[in-house]
Amino acid sequence: MKVIKIDKKEWTSGIEQVKNAYRVFGPIKEENKEFSAFKELGKGVTPDLSATDTRLSPKGIIFPQSEAMFEFTTDSTSDDCNLMNVPEKDYSPRAIVGIRPYDAAAFTLVKKNFDTPEYRDNYWVDAYDACTFIGLAVSSPSILDFSTSTKSGPFDETGLDVLLCDLDDHFLAKVISEKGETFLKAAGFTNIADEKDVQKIDILKKEAEDKIQSRVFFDKIQSYSILDIYEANFWEDISFACINCGTCTYVCPTCWCFDIQDEMQGKTGQRFKNWDSCMFPLFTLHTTGHNPRGTKLQRVRQRFMHKLKYFLDKYNDGIMCVGCGRCIRFCPVNIDIRRVCDTMNSFEPAK
Amino acid sequence: MNPYLPFPVRIDEINIATEDKSLKTFKFIFLNKDDETKFAYQAGQFAELSIPGKGEIPIGIASSPVEKGFVTFTVNRAGLVTTHLHKMKVGDIMGIRGPLGNCYPWEMLEGKNILIIGGGFAFTTLRSSIIYLLHPDNRSKFGDINVVYGARSPGMLLYREELSEWEKRDDINMHITVDGTDDPDWKYNVGFVPTIVEQKAPNGDADTYAIICGPPIMIKFTQPVLEKLGYDHDHIIMSLENRMKCGIGMCGRCNIGKELVCKDGPVFTLNQINQTPREY
Repeated sequence: MKVIKIDKKEWTSGIEQVKNAYRVFGPIKEENKEFSAFKELGKGVTPDLSATDTRLSPKGIIFPQSEAMFEFTTDSTSDDCNLMNVPEKDYSPRAIVGIRPYDAAAFTLVKKNFDTPEYRDNYWVDAYDACTFIGLAVSSPSILDFSTSTKSGPFDETGLDVLLCDLDDHFLAKVISEKGETFLKAAGFTNIADEKDVQKIDILKKEAEDKIQSRVFFDKIQSYSILDIYEANFWEDISFACINCGTCTYVCPTCWCFDIQDEMQGKTGQRFKNWDSCMFPLFTLHTTGHNPRGTKLQRVRQRFMHKLKYFLDKYNDGIMCVGCGRCIRFCPVNIDIRRVCDTMNSFEPAK
Repeated sequence: MNPYLPFPVRIDEINIATEDKSLKTFKFIFLNKDDETKFAYQAGQFAELSIPGKGEIPIGIASSPVEKGFVTFTVNRAGLVTTHLHKMKVGDIMGIRGPLGNCYPWEMLEGKNILIIGGGFAFTTLRSSIIYLLHPDNRSKFGDINVVYGARSPGMLLYREELSEWEKRDDINMHITVDGTDDPDWKYNVGFVPTIVEQKAPNGDADTYAIICGPPIMIKFTQPVLEKLGYDHDHIIMSLENRMKCGIGMCGRCNIGKELVCKDGPVFTLNQINQTPREY
């Protein structure tokens, strides 16, 4: 295991240097904005590593909220009339600096959806493959963080290429992949840490993990049938307060549902892939007016069943949640996925 | 390969399919000959018809894999995309993305008797299936074939010329029916599909499978009839519909439990459907 020591005095210049080889994205807090967000960093802008707990996860860097898949003309005098062309895409190396470990882990879950044996969503996968993930370990987890229950954790390396640990005047950068090593070299960070420093990482990791008090259990969910949980009597109670605003799905780093829409300006148009949400009635509305998930209860149940049961059953690799706590923090009516998970895990199916 | 990129096609022929003109059959030719090979499909699959500026719509493939050189779709005028499609003309260019989804389980059905039950304009992939089954290369591979097909009125039956050809053959038993008619010359059945199934369909056994495609109300009342005739739930094969966008199992809206109608379906046995929350 290789660990690089980065003096914080060298940090800014290293990030500037690496921008010659990468498009760099990082958390920043814009003036007059209440929340920080991951943005592409222009010249002279350094990631604000005090603002990494962003309202939206960085999922939009790989999976933009709105992305043009095709462009076309409907002008019948054009040879290209009604033919779809892929717009020019930039899949040059990019890096997300300061991504939280649970957000990087989320990409590996979402990859199961977009990169399958039968089909490959080239937009998502090409962007993902172009990206280097420079994580920042969570030394003071929030009270809503339950990432240790979801196979992630404050120092988890899943989906990361480098894990940065903040030690006041310097970072220790754990090199996880070749991609990570290339990035650190490009930034000029080459100073190998000594053994004593390296041991500090394990101590900090243990401390951070111990701070997480919030736990969920889903060990029993897999043993119940889909219909047992689907037909359980607690969904009315769980969904009662929901206003179907969709906030939970937008802030979630593992929610991937999308819509496809065409937009025209005169005779030229684009076909877009847009974030969508299972909270909205239109999501499943048939042309006939019939809607298989026409009620709030059905939609809330779909969201939690997808995350905590269908995904679990389909991939046998944990739940579709990394425990970041965003949906709990931003839900306007205090629906708490931890409580839902506990309810699902502890109910007794009717005999 | 970009799974969202449709194959460019030209509309080669448009035929009004029903007397109320709400359905039209579109025949498409691939602009690039190679794309036809890439579009190799089986009866029961569907495709996204793609109209630039309007969007895409999932429609069952009405032509049959044994018909070469073109693909056809019979489309009901209902929403934004299909309404626009109905206004398009021969020669217009658009796109087709597919084939998508699974097909009827043809390998498993070899050597078996097949009862096909269709209602209204859901007869498209069943038409594809019948053409496939009756092809000289295939007919001997299957046992008895019975077809119950019903529509509101004689003029609402799809593929009427083919229906009357099939009527004349002795290797397929047709049971055509209409809900009602004032045509004194109507020589086929009058009555709802479930009733005709009860009267005309063969009993279920280990070697007999039913394939059903039709409106929900028809399916609802046909199921108990099939049970009465002795069809097990794993011998009843159905094709489902749901709102779709991607058609490749990614966009997240068409699931019934953990199964995606677009990718794991649209064809399921009733036995499989019974284990899902039936959100369709």
